[in-house]
Amino acid sequence: MRLRKAFAATAVSLIAATGLVACGDAGDDAEDGVKVEAKDDCDDKFEAGSRMAELADAGKINVGHKDDQPGLGFEGATDDRPSGFDIEVAKLLIADLCIDPESDSVNWEVTISDNREPFLEQGKVDLVLASYSITDDRRLKVGQAGPYLVTGQQLLVKADSDVDSIDDLKGKEVCSVTGSTSIERIDEKGAKGVGFDSYSECVAKVLDGTVEGMSTDGTILAGFAAENEGQLKVVGDTFSTENIGVGYSKAEPEMCAWINDVLTASFEDGGWAKAFEITLGPSGVEVPDPPALDPCA
Amino acid sequence: MEAISDNWDLYFRSFGYTVALFVIASVLSMIFGTILCALRVGPVKIMRAAATTYVTLVRNTPLVIVFAFFTFASPMFGLTFNFLDVHIGKFDFTEAFGAAVVSLTLYTSTFVCEALRSGINSVPLGQAEAARAVGLTFGGTMTQVVLPQAIRASVPPLASVQIAMLKNTSVAAAFGILEAVAQMRRFTNNFSSQRTEIFIFFALGYILLVLLLSFAASRLEKRWQVA
Repeated sequence: MRLRKAFAATAVSLIAATGLVACGDAGDDAEDGVKVEAKDDCDDKFEAGSRMAELADAGKINVGHKDDQPGLGFEGATDDRPSGFDIEVAKLLIADLCIDPESDSVNWEVTISDNREPFLEQGKVDLVLASYSITDDRRLKVGQAGPYLVTGQQLLVKADSDVDSIDDLKGKEVCSVTGSTSIERIDEKGAKGVGFDSYSECVAKVLDGTVEGMSTDGTILAGFAAENEGQLKVVGDTFSTENIGVGYSKAEPEMCAWINDVLTASFEDGGWAKAFEITLGPSGVEVPDPPALDPCA
Repeated sequence: MEAISDNWDLYFRSFGYTVALFVIASVLSMIFGTILCALRVGPVKIMRAAATTYVTLVRNTPLVIVFAFFTFASPMFGLTFNFLDVHIGKFDFTEAFGAAVVSLTLYTSTFVCEALRSGINSVPLGQAEAARAVGLTFGGTMTQVVLPQAIRASVPPLASVQIAMLKNTSVAAAFGILEAVAQMRRFTNNFSSQRTEIFIFFALGYILLVLLLSFAASRLEKRWQVA
């Protein structure tokens, strides 16, 4: 029996390692997204020659997303399409280009943290909505509009743990994703950042007690806490501010104003709040006020 | 360029982990590989069968799977490396490091075994027969006559095995160890505008280490050359 469990665990971790996270009932969320209707006024909405006009004409778009962050960007092994808050915001943008977000005209491309800038630079994706923190250095290489979500780093620990802030974990090991900004912050706080390939692997190490906790954006942690109810909890105040934005190619600066327009419209008509409520709401996070957008350069 | 030039300490520390993983796993894999090889060519049938099965299984399993097993599956039935808690200066050798050393050792041993076996096959059968004829036991035959010659013949393939292992340490990046590749990914994440330079610097680090290793191997090969 133990052996069988071990085999199952190896299988799960391997699936996780290849990015096809198969996690219980998380797949059901796919149907729960907001039904976003494609607009039909694209004939003269965009300036001729702009990237938006090109995309609207082509009727096709490539969108980069994460597939291992429940609530933000998640795609189970059996899901047709990803789900989560990033995806809902992406759908608003896609619909504004008169492309049906539910159709096959949208190519959802998985972008892990490492390949977000290269994919944008190579034109493999037109937009990146993949819990993409806005940083000055990233803005040297790619365009980042937004933020459409402001979150901060928190701590995920076992439900029976006494730890209630990152300060309790000085000198202890805390995991996150290899090469993520979160690891730097863990180190700055005096804990020891340990990197795994995906968040689900990091969660597994918290569950088996190898590391004391996991730290990254609170929204991501809340998703995992909801998925492992009773076993994990999110603790502590946020100890960083992450401005999550939309990535686009620097070669197409006109996209910034358009993205900000679509975001502003959704802040005003409640589309943004609705998207937040159905994706991140179930994990117990209150719908915040919409963030202030950065002006386009 | 500032990404690396402002952070030489992080750069060298990450290669420190790479070298530590390599040195420990290298020594252990040579020892365990030699034992495996002796079992494979030994006179006891059941041991021969066991060693052959082990080598066939592990050699044909991708290293990532071996790592995943010791990181995610084995803790489920109680096999952990929690007892490991060594801190030397800024280096921490904890559970993840233990799992990595064990994974690398078990995996590399099979290749060491096969490299040595190719060396043994190059020792004329008459040598072993002569050793037996003068009354040496199996142990004596192996340690006094066969292995010394076999190891000499195996230096080039063993060097290749160890060079491959040095590069294989990079797999540990995905399993909780801040070795060179993990550090490279931290740099590329923080300084995405300097990707090219970062890649080049880490590639150079590996090239330098492998060159040192090849140099040592070729010196050894020359020194042990028989006529």
